[in-house]
Amino acid sequence: MEKILAMMGPMMDGANVTLQMFFITLVLSVPLGLILSLARMSKFRPLSFLVETYIWLMRGTPLMLQLLFVYYALPLIPYIGIKLPDFSAAILAFVMNYAAYFAEIFRGGIQSIERGQYEASKVLGMTYVQTMRRIILPQMIKRVLPPISNETITLVKDTSLIYVLAMNDLLRTARTIVQREFDMTPFVIAGVCYLAMTLVLTWMFKKLEQRYAAYDE
Amino acid sequence: MNMIRLKNIYKSFNSLKVLKGISLEVTQGEVVAIIGPSGSGKSTLLRCLNRLETIDQGTIEIEDEILATEGADGRCQYVREDKAREICYKMGMVFQQFNLFPHMTVIDNIVEAPMVVKGIKKEVIIPEAEELLKKVGLFEKKDSYPSRLSGGQKQRVAIARALAMKPDIMLFDEPTSALDPELTGEVLKAMRQLAQEHMTMLVVTHEMAFAREVAQRVIFMDYGEIVEEGTPEQLFNNPIQVRTQAFLKSML
Repeated sequence: MEKILAMMGPMMDGANVTLQMFFITLVLSVPLGLILSLARMSKFRPLSFLVETYIWLMRGTPLMLQLLFVYYALPLIPYIGIKLPDFSAAILAFVMNYAAYFAEIFRGGIQSIERGQYEASKVLGMTYVQTMRRIILPQMIKRVLPPISNETITLVKDTSLIYVLAMNDLLRTARTIVQREFDMTPFVIAGVCYLAMTLVLTWMFKKLEQRYAAYDE
Repeated sequence: MNMIRLKNIYKSFNSLKVLKGISLEVTQGEVVAIIGPSGSGKSTLLRCLNRLETIDQGTIEIEDEILATEGADGRCQYVREDKAREICYKMGMVFQQFNLFPHMTVIDNIVEAPMVVKGIKKEVIIPEAEELLKKVGLFEKKDSYPSRLSGGQKQRVAIARALAMKPDIMLFDEPTSALDPELTGEVLKAMRQLAQEHMTMLVVTHEMAFAREVAQRVIFMDYGEIVEEGTPEQLFNNPIQVRTQAFLKSML
């Protein structure tokens, strides 16, 4: 028992890193994803092509490669290259990657809204921005909640990839203790922590879906 | 006063010519019904009035203000976006598919555009919206979501929503075509009431009885042209053109 208590300190520090990665990535990548989805649907071809290419790159390469690239290769690029601390590098890579996935989810949601909604808004004199903000996006949110929930839960677990930058998140901390003490308990604790986090998320998304159930389509 | 003046409107979808030189004038308080077979271009004509479709050639004037006209190069030029929007929201529109906002209650559907577009305060517009709902007989539904309403009720809300912007002209694009037959009556009644209040109305419809009874002028369109127009008596009792005669016979 005493042994477990001694493990809990570093384990909780690790969980703290995991949670920070999760929250900061989520808070930044959701709005960025929305902006990217609108740019992707832009009638200005060069812009939509640029974003399409970006999304292809982000979804077409492993997140771990992107992490390694931002941390090790970015500083080597002449002029623009900067050396980021490990946490910032990890956040940058995660936000860029997750924004691409969110962008595609949002695009699917926006494109599923009937044309009649745009027409009704236009006829009533609303501008593009008013139409998006008041009519299209609120309806889009309801439709994308299930895939966003999926992606968010995946993000909790993907944060464990930052071990490649030698950052001590929940999983790497657990592994370090296991290797030092030859005791598998830290793995169990880590598993329970991940399950607790995803349980909270699952519950929150369920509440959100219930709130949006007020209206049918 | 001329509410709508169309001169020589042409419109194509790719190679398909949908409108071939339509000219039309509608005066204040006039109720005009547009009839014709499907694919004749009557809905497109209506949708060109408020920029849901853009025309290729011709001139559109709404209440003596130019919306679109021919530029120096002979191609059609629209006025600036904000100006065009201002001209167009003088025309309310009612769609075949209602197009209510499903995420808003009935009352919120109605107050949305006056608040967002005109900046009218909520406490000012709510009583007006409630009056409009009483007028179309749906006051008790004000806090319901559209999905809880029947087709006829939805369409009456759509009429109230359009009226909340205080339009000078109302455009109806087959407003009863998506309704069960027993529900068309309540919508037609609301439209009849509007006509009695001298609203300028342009109605694309398959309801011949309504056109005959309420419209002052009936226009028959076919293949993107106005084939024949006249008072309901002229057009329904003594159609001159062969195509009009054939269409009316097919509607019986």
